[in-house]
Amino acid sequence: MELALEIISWVCLIGGVIFSLIGAIGIIRLPDVYCRMHGGGIIDTLGIGLIFIGLLLQVPDWITGAKLLLILVFIFFTSPATTYALARAAIYGGVEPLQEDDLKKIKKEGVDPSNS
Amino acid sequence: MLYSLTTAALVFIMFLTIIRALKGPTVYDRILAVNSFGTLTVAMIAVHGFLADRPEFLDIAMLYALINFIGTIAAVKYVKFNNLGFPTSEEQKDM
Repeated sequence: MELALEIISWVCLIGGVIFSLIGAIGIIRLPDVYCRMHGGGIIDTLGIGLIFIGLLLQVPDWITGAKLLLILVFIFFTSPATTYALARAAIYGGVEPLQEDDLKKIKKEGVDPSNS
Repeated sequence: MLYSLTTAALVFIMFLTIIRALKGPTVYDRILAVNSFGTLTVAMIAVHGFLADRPEFLDIAMLYALINFIGTIAAVKYVKFNNLGFPTSEEQKDM
């Protein structure tokens, strides 16, 4: 029973790290702010969620589990609020979202937009 | 063993987000990257607490999560309104 719990916890931890890595690569590689928020969202939900669920399966006492759950719930609710405020500020600040034509142009010219 | 591996991987991922914070063309890219960095810091502190067998570190992780949220909202608000207070009625007109 204990071994099964440990194996599930390991799988969750490694999955969380992999999803965080995918989110970080998304933050680096995607073309503009609104696309990059998608990468940030992956880190905030699946990455952190799986890591904390993995830790929850190995808690020594109940108060540690309660703290872990509190952090998890807090990040779960504040991450969308932050992303929303950021997107609204970006629109207000005059950052234009990429349109389909821009994407076609980027594809044709072959420039890497993540460098700009 | 697994905890140290996870901690090392999280530190590496934090470096990846720092790249975007240094490179970002607009200020919003930087804020987004720093927000993700803070979230990853929370996870890193929590995992490190389990690694060192001292789960009291979770208190620090909780504090980091709270400060990260407030700090990001404050930075966004400052960039948007050039002000941390409420927008005046004149500023609200041209929103």
